[in-house]
Amino acid sequence: MSTDAQPISPTAAPPGTPPPTPPRTTEGSAECVNPEVVEAEVHARVEAVKERWRFRINQQYIAPIFITCILLGAHISERVLESPEKTALAILSAMAAELVLGRLFTGKWPQMASAYITGISVGILVRSPYYWPYILCSLISITSKYVLRVKARHIWNPSNFGIAAMLFLAPAAVASLSIQFGNSIRPMVIIWILGSFIIWRLKRLHICATYVASFLAFAGLRTLILHDTYWTEIAPITGPMYQLFIFFMITDPKTTVKSKTGQVATAFCVAAMECVFRLMQSVHAPYFALFVVGPIANLIEIYWTARKRKSGPSEPPRS
Amino acid sequence: MQSGIVRAGATIIFAGLLATAAIVSRLPKSNGGAAPAGGSGETLKRYGFALEDVTRKAGIEFVHQAPTLDPALNHIMPEVASMGAAVSVVDFDRDGWPDLYVTNSSEGGKNRLYHNLHNGNFEDVAEKMGVADVSQPGTGVCMGAIWGDYDNDGYEDLFLYKWGRPELFHNDRGRGFTRVTEQSGLPKWVNANSAVWFDYDRDGRLDLFLGGYYSEAIDLWHLKNTRIMPESFEYARNGGRKYLFRNVGGGHFVDVTDQVGLQSRRWALAAAAADLRGTGYPDLVIANDYGVSEFFANDHGRRFREIGAATGIGYQPKSGMNVAFGDINNQGRFAIYVSNITEQGVLVQGNNLWVPREGTTGDQVHYDNLADAMGVEQGGWSFGAQFGDLNNDGRLDLMLTNGYVSASRDENYWYDFAKVAGGNSAIISDAANWPPIGNRSHGGYQQKCAWINTGDRFINVAPMVGLTETYDGRSVALADFWNRGVLDVAMAHQKGPLLLFRNSVSPDNAWIEFELEGSASNRSAIGAAVRVFWNGQQQLQEVSGGSGFCSENDRRLHFGLGKDPRLEKVVVRWPSGKEQTLTGLGLRKLHHLKEPA
Repeated sequence: MSTDAQPISPTAAPPGTPPPTPPRTTEGSAECVNPEVVEAEVHARVEAVKERWRFRINQQYIAPIFITCILLGAHISERVLESPEKTALAILSAMAAELVLGRLFTGKWPQMASAYITGISVGILVRSPYYWPYILCSLISITSKYVLRVKARHIWNPSNFGIAAMLFLAPAAVASLSIQFGNSIRPMVIIWILGSFIIWRLKRLHICATYVASFLAFAGLRTLILHDTYWTEIAPITGPMYQLFIFFMITDPKTTVKSKTGQVATAFCVAAMECVFRLMQSVHAPYFALFVVGPIANLIEIYWTARKRKSGPSEPPRS
Repeated sequence: MQSGIVRAGATIIFAGLLATAAIVSRLPKSNGGAAPAGGSGETLKRYGFALEDVTRKAGIEFVHQAPTLDPALNHIMPEVASMGAAVSVVDFDRDGWPDLYVTNSSEGGKNRLYHNLHNGNFEDVAEKMGVADVSQPGTGVCMGAIWGDYDNDGYEDLFLYKWGRPELFHNDRGRGFTRVTEQSGLPKWVNANSAVWFDYDRDGRLDLFLGGYYSEAIDLWHLKNTRIMPESFEYARNGGRKYLFRNVGGGHFVDVTDQVGLQSRRWALAAAAADLRGTGYPDLVIANDYGVSEFFANDHGRRFREIGAATGIGYQPKSGMNVAFGDINNQGRFAIYVSNITEQGVLVQGNNLWVPREGTTGDQVHYDNLADAMGVEQGGWSFGAQFGDLNNDGRLDLMLTNGYVSASRDENYWYDFAKVAGGNSAIISDAANWPPIGNRSHGGYQQKCAWINTGDRFINVAPMVGLTETYDGRSVALADFWNRGVLDVAMAHQKGPLLLFRNSVSPDNAWIEFELEGSASNRSAIGAAVRVFWNGQQQLQEVSGGSGFCSENDRRLHFGLGKDPRLEKVVVRWPSGKEQTLTGLGLRKLHHLKEPA
């Protein structure tokens, strides 16, 4: 967690604050002072102090902090991490790859928040009795970010790419999480509420909401087609894998399209593609759906933006 | 220019990473290669043993039948009515030849007691002996059987655990069995899939552990509702309760479960007991479906403490279905084999081989899972497994049976299973929400595993030594059925035949066997530990009152010794605590050992 905050006593002034000026009154004084000015002055000072000590968290650290809290909470309550060593290995591999590739590609030391989220996602979502898939999946995820680029943008969500690649290429060694956190209602509700709040703060709740609403609608469609109960069809989204998928994968700022309409349309398309994969009985439907839809949406946007830029100069200058 | 080089380098590395993922996961796992061309002679030379299916030749014709539970479960009947094929070995008439008991699980279906006729043939005498018709409608159906001489009269008695009313039969000197359930103090109904005879307090009388799977409040033929399934695929605690019955003599057992602290509502599928901490008292290991395994440390017969997480074996939740102990490294300590599920791309749990860490003992005992390193991790939808020296080379090998539901070869239930397994407890715990399985397979048609121990790892030689069947295996038991100094194999299959495999072993390898009889200890000598020292090494085995999945090996202990062994000594530690050292014992012989007064 990154913050400059220190505990503030409600009575004591923080260090460095000028001593408060004794209140001046109109009574018994030769100097005549306007009370509104005094009040405004006091208010301004209080705001200045507040501003100086405001609890600040850089937006980019909110997601890592959130996912860490989920992980710690779930592990402390249910010991959900099959192997903390494997999760640590995934995180360290992702961060090491980011450090090296970021330096090589940009000449600067990269921010590690994104690599941390990728590593922790791999650590939680990949299931394997071996150690090597955790390292390999993290390395593939981060490397994909630097290699698979179009117009200086990476078009796949890194952990989605890594996990989908491992599930496709190494099915004998890798499965994905679908059952952690005890399948009980309490942690699920807490994570949904907390996650929704944080995602709302990050102005991306519409993506999650669209996906969830679409999933529920497509679950209804599958119920009609397959004649399973509606509860059966919505069962997956009640599990923890989807919480990570919804809050951390489909909302990734770097690999989602920029316009709000585009984001909503993409989330809908991911749910629709997932429904197709589910009808094909693919166990890893959400990963494969995002793997297919995510880059297509990005490519459309890149193409669209380039076209607009191209046609830009011919437009008459705005007055 | 420089950035172009960096990009090209990264692209090559990226392609290499993808290729690595594809290649590493496809590297061949341990197996013995192709079947040798030279027939059984070549097989013997290469692997030291060969198996021949002699079921029909031996006069055994038994096909297991599954139960038909409440109609509310019809849509997933193969999924829930999926256990009950069990086999156990007993010499019920003390003629010196191991017999076979096999359970059936249909309502009204009959169990078989195959009497060994000494000439390679077996005769079913269950009806005559009164232990055939034990699944009458309304009493539940059989899940397994264990044998132990609870009244120390010299004859092995029969305990049957069921999804229903547990049953105790007294062995009337090998001439018949008398049902003594009513006066025994056993509960009216337990949906159990595991039981173990052991003398937990070392008072010389066999006590009984019974592990519930479904809650004992459920009558699977008359459901009040369909909320009977596990509340979680990995953290379920809504299974059946556990029971520890203390044998107080006179054929009576007292429920001391709460008194000794053996509470658990996990979904037990297998259990076994042995002295794992060097205290002289048997500890209890339980493999649970839908959760972690449990290690109940026995505090001098007074209390049990669950220390699974501390020992390492109770950390990762899987689908435990087997507990077997084996001194795989000839170091005088037991490794624990717990089987789980592995289905490529869907559920890669891997089986566990828990090997005690060097230098840890007592309450500090710690286990590491070396299943991958030792080559015994991948066993499909694994069920029963047993350790035994199949080729008499002096190292314990491992026999595993597997396969869950074999139906259509073209369609499987994995997608629907994964869908509901990931759901919230309210959804997964209600059978009504489980999609219909229809005629689909679920982890079916699986190749069994016969892993030979090469010293540093195990190699699967099943197809090469003649084990090629793909029935849905549940239970495996090992015994020297022909008294030749060779471990033969019996396997029970769900809705499939009981198979008997006669083992042929290279005659170059020596062996020694022991039949133990307690006096101060329980007469079955369950819990007696035998250490054989030869050629500067030792191997530990313990007489067991049930191990594997719903099975029990022969009570006699079999040690392979390899070529030209120099036998140093044999040390027996009886359950009473007495220790006996024997020297000058002849090789290639069965030795009858009686506990000294």
